[in-house]
Amino acid sequence: MTAGAIPLRTRRFAGQASRMIEWHDEGIVLSARPHGETAAILDLFTRAHGRHAGVVRGGVGRRLRPVLQPGGDLAVRWQARLEDHLGSYTVEPLRTRTALLDHRLTLAGLSSATALLALALPERDPHPRLHAATGRLLDLPPDPLPWARAYLAWELQLLESLGFGLDLHACAVSGATEGLAYVSPRSGRAVARGAAGDWAPRLLPLPPVMLGQGDGPPDEIATALATTGWFITHRLLAAHGAGPPPARARFLAEIARLA
Amino acid sequence: MADAPPEIEELIALMARLPGLGPRSARRAVLHLMKRRDRLLVPLAQSLAAVGAHIRECSACGNLGTGDICTICADPARATGQLCVVADVADLWAMERARVFAGRYHVLGGLLSALDAIGPDDLGIPRLAGRLGAEGVTEVILALPATLDGQTTMHYLADRLAGVRITTLAQGVPVGGELDWLDEGTIGAALRARRDLE
Repeated sequence: MTAGAIPLRTRRFAGQASRMIEWHDEGIVLSARPHGETAAILDLFTRAHGRHAGVVRGGVGRRLRPVLQPGGDLAVRWQARLEDHLGSYTVEPLRTRTALLDHRLTLAGLSSATALLALALPERDPHPRLHAATGRLLDLPPDPLPWARAYLAWELQLLESLGFGLDLHACAVSGATEGLAYVSPRSGRAVARGAAGDWAPRLLPLPPVMLGQGDGPPDEIATALATTGWFITHRLLAAHGAGPPPARARFLAEIARLA
Repeated sequence: MADAPPEIEELIALMARLPGLGPRSARRAVLHLMKRRDRLLVPLAQSLAAVGAHIRECSACGNLGTGDICTICADPARATGQLCVVADVADLWAMERARVFAGRYHVLGGLLSALDAIGPDDLGIPRLAGRLGAEGVTEVILALPATLDGQTTMHYLADRLAGVRITTLAQGVPVGGELDWLDEGTIGAALRARRDLE
């Protein structure tokens, strides 16, 4: 080597560093899978970059493993040499949602919400309203009935954000805004009881809790979730060739316990 | 450049499948073994052969041992009526290292996981339920991780194992831990599980 030459490793590092792509964001942990001996691949639902994966070095270690639990909120820095690379995350915990693990209903709900997001969200496609709704849901105290109502509202937001929103403001047949009792599985629009006629058995139930009316007892929430579940199964997840995650069935079973 | 002999390449390929090893580190490990043939390679090969020939899963609890029933299950002194359920054999070994539990164990072999599509049938839970009556179990201690999958598995087991006392490990401040480094969930769990000073 000639005097004053820069070692190859340093030159390469300097060149790479100048081309690194980097952004900062906040995100909700959907999952973290072990990668090699010490790293984890983090699937994160970020506010500005949508669902975005990246490697976390030391992610399965004692310090970071508790931070990477599903539902946790993180401040992250993502870095990669090219935009389409997996890239790596540097993470800092903002808040954990471990209080939700204490109650079986909220635990099943947390599991269902994160599994649905992991299944249905396209990668690197921002959905800020859904991100905010998810954060609000997970920040609620683990009080089963209010939490179950909030979860229903969250599933409606999930459908709306991903292009399968239900239009429950007025009857698709008569335009009436009163007496809405069904949802059309074809259009996702509300149908009034009087306008349903012979079609009623083929329509999905629209309980008052879906319209924000009444106090939303557990059986109504279960009925409402059966309706949102139909759209999740036949519209949202059909394109992915997947059914609803088992965690959602567990959540429904917990709501049935409340009834 | 000449390739390594096929036997070596096969060994490298096998070792590269081990956790934490990739092709390069497996190659380094194999070269290290070759350099220490008598002190490391041959004893390792003999040890692997012995483990492969003699070690098997206990038909009762899932622990590893040399017989059909492991030493813990075969010991009548450990029939205390307490059964500690753990996710993996490594957890059982951790409990045994602590020397704080005198009962028997049941190894699930994993946790319910929506993400990895692991269901109750994959974990041998019916075998666990069958042990309760057969072994006169009075208390099941669920020593499962404080994670989403661990807690989900715990609630599922609590439903399936009705008619027996079900307990779980406490959660809180670890020995040597400082409050400043704990997350708010752990601090909350520790506060709820506070106890009187004696």
